[in-house]
Amino acid sequence: MSWDQVSDVIAAVCFVAAAFFAAVAAIGVIRFPDLLTRMHAATKPQTVGLLFALVGLGLRLGEPSAIGILVLVGLFQCATAPIASHMMSRAAFRAGQVRQDLLVADELSPVMDREEPRGAP
Amino acid sequence: MSPEMRVGRDGRLRPRRKGAVQPLAIAWMALVWCLFWRDFSVANALSGAVLGIGVQLAFPLPPLRMDGRLRIIGLLRLVWMFLSQMLVASVEVSTHVLRREHPKPAVVEVDLTSESDFVMTLVSLITTLIPGSVVVEARRSTHTLFIHVLDVGDDRGVEEFRQRTLGVEQYVLGIMTQPPKPEEVVR
Repeated sequence: MSWDQVSDVIAAVCFVAAAFFAAVAAIGVIRFPDLLTRMHAATKPQTVGLLFALVGLGLRLGEPSAIGILVLVGLFQCATAPIASHMMSRAAFRAGQVRQDLLVADELSPVMDREEPRGAP
Repeated sequence: MSPEMRVGRDGRLRPRRKGAVQPLAIAWMALVWCLFWRDFSVANALSGAVLGIGVQLAFPLPPLRMDGRLRIIGLLRLVWMFLSQMLVASVEVSTHVLRREHPKPAVVEVDLTSESDFVMTLVSLITTLIPGSVVVEARRSTHTLFIHVLDVGDDRGVEEFRQRTLGVEQYVLGIMTQPPKPEEVVR
């Protein structure tokens, strides 16, 4: 088998994995019970799925300039996705959109009223 | 990263514009600009550098204290740990979704040992990117993270997760050579 065929097979496996994780993310949004657990399902497997899709694309295209863009897409996704999910879950927690009965332990609510001073350093 | 802060006209602390432009950041933004255009010409690199200077003047970042040099081995170990954990955890979350099990979530408090803002930022980014955990609240004054975990199981799982996050912090500390502690200097 030549290198072209090997990379095509690996790319195909990556695409299937990407599709699988994206599908799992969608199913998780339906099945999980409350907002924060749904956030886990919606944001994380999707990021992993995107990374798989990028690796597959890079192997399939094989052009250095295209791989440069793909690496940038991956980097920016990894830099921005956590901020978005953090801001949403922070707002959700503060708005009381958490099912307390589901939590095994909650170490934040008791210290929630002890806010720290705001602003830049 | 601008070296110092100033008090603005409205009385709020702002990063100072003077000294905010850094050569490494200019080079990075010129590289990104060339990648966007998919063309590494001198004209592209120059316009990217000019844009980079403009961006840094327009949006000066607050100062960030980073002592020590970069350790390549530590960085590679961190990247490897991150990628492998990400893969393992996505499979875990996926099995939860597909098995129709209701997860047992918890909000865990993790008190980081390091005093560095840089370490806290990296640890929060990594824990939020790894499936099954998201930072709900971060307290800068005490360097404490409050993390919502998708599935801990029971109280033992809470403790296990705390130790795992402190382990991530050790990996992050490993990418820089650590400056000597103050008491060691005195001796």
